[in-house]
Amino acid sequence: MSRRDLVAGATAAAALTALPSSGARAGSAATDAPVMAKVALTVNGQRRELELDARTSLLDAAREHLHLTGSKKGCDHGQCGACTMIVDGRRINSCLTLAVMHQGSEITTIEGLGQPGNLHPMQAAFVAHDGYQCGYCTPGQICSGVAVLAEIKAGIPSHVTADLTGAMEATPAEIRERMSGNICRCGAYSNIVEAMTEVAGRQA
Amino acid sequence: MRSFTYERPSTPAEAAAAVAAKPNAKFIAGGTNLLDLMKLQIETPAHLVDVNGLNLDTVEPTPEGGLRIGALVRNTDLAADARVRRDYGVLSRALLAGASGQLRNKATTAGNLLQRTRCPYFYDTAQACNKRQPGSGCPALDGVSRQLAVIGGSDACIATHPGDMAVAMRVLDATVETVDAAGAARKIPVAEFHRLPGDTPEADTTLRPGELITAVTLPKPVAGTHIYRKVRDRASYAYALVSVAAILGKDGRGHVAFGGVAPRPWRVEAAEADLPKGAKAVTDRVFAGAKPTEDNAYKLKLAERTLTAALTQARA
Repeated sequence: MSRRDLVAGATAAAALTALPSSGARAGSAATDAPVMAKVALTVNGQRRELELDARTSLLDAAREHLHLTGSKKGCDHGQCGACTMIVDGRRINSCLTLAVMHQGSEITTIEGLGQPGNLHPMQAAFVAHDGYQCGYCTPGQICSGVAVLAEIKAGIPSHVTADLTGAMEATPAEIRERMSGNICRCGAYSNIVEAMTEVAGRQA
Repeated sequence: MRSFTYERPSTPAEAAAAVAAKPNAKFIAGGTNLLDLMKLQIETPAHLVDVNGLNLDTVEPTPEGGLRIGALVRNTDLAADARVRRDYGVLSRALLAGASGQLRNKATTAGNLLQRTRCPYFYDTAQACNKRQPGSGCPALDGVSRQLAVIGGSDACIATHPGDMAVAMRVLDATVETVDAAGAARKIPVAEFHRLPGDTPEADTTLRPGELITAVTLPKPVAGTHIYRKVRDRASYAYALVSVAAILGKDGRGHVAFGGVAPRPWRVEAAEADLPKGAKAVTDRVFAGAKPTEDNAYKLKLAERTLTAALTQARA
């Protein structure tokens, strides 16, 4: 039995124990029939056309329909950042947006940043600095990290920027504040800051 | 999440008409709060009207010397706008103190005003909550209320407006512009935008059914040091326990609004005359009639001390 089977088994068990309460909602089940919708978007440079239940998040569209499982589902409520993707040049929580709202969007997931043998500099820096332990939050951390350095370069201020009208720098304090939407339960934060600092230096 | 139908109109009037035309329809913009609540079945719209194609995403100068901020301007863009950074620093600071980078990239100006409370009882569907299910009761009154309102609440609800942006908008005397299904425009001072709960805590705002926010306007800039000081349980990505939005001169004169303490940004203009006397003189008046719980009485002292810090910063 693989780890995935174990997880699937646990989910099925949770679904079974949840039956009584969902049974209580059976009266409204008719209104829960899926409404299907079409969407065309560009994912990692490839145009993809999908027909989805309108409820499908961008994260689920990528993972379940496009089989791009690099982006991770952590909390599914925008609190942990594991699902972070770069959409039309900006990092977002892909769990908190609907795929159907992204007609024509350009989406970059961790798979689009780099691949084994052809790593993005941020991926290579995370490896070099041990910017992870279990790795579950890492795709989100790396997508966020790439976007954070672009935000600093674009002069977007943060909560810790002393002078709102001055120049922005990728200091450790700036990196920590800007990365606060990406939680790492293993606590690899200091190594993530080092990895990002190295990439920021390289870009300067 | 409950199933819904979806449409994406191209003008504000069409969008307002689309929501008015169907029962249980809702606008969706950034979606960062609505989709969260839909996953928990706290919000269960049957129809979603996606307003992202309405071209309400620019910040423009007004003839009066202020700014008109489109409803769909993202929090990141508003905080980074050069005019906002230079002339309305309190707004830029408030936005940057809220949420995370990912959320600010999606969240809109109008959606930020419309975000719902983070009261733990509102979020827990196993609990009663008058805001979520009118008439079911409010366990927060005798429950865990550390984060909740010390003033402006009622026997039905002590939820707070959780946002930072609106507190800055309040001290800046912003105005919310709307359009309804008939195409009629309306201007609502931000002071009158969020309701106090009274006996009907389910309604957060004074918006009418189907009424769509099109913009928020700021009057011409107010001189002084622009300060947004937020006290929270951790240094980043947490809601305010107490926040202070202030525009202050070196002599202490100016304007101040408080966040994290009430169902709406809390400002008592008459108390601002006492600012040169120090924080306590002001907070005694601003929080006159407060009804804190045992859990959240600390907020009164914290508000005074946070204002003291703001006054010290302005004098420096």
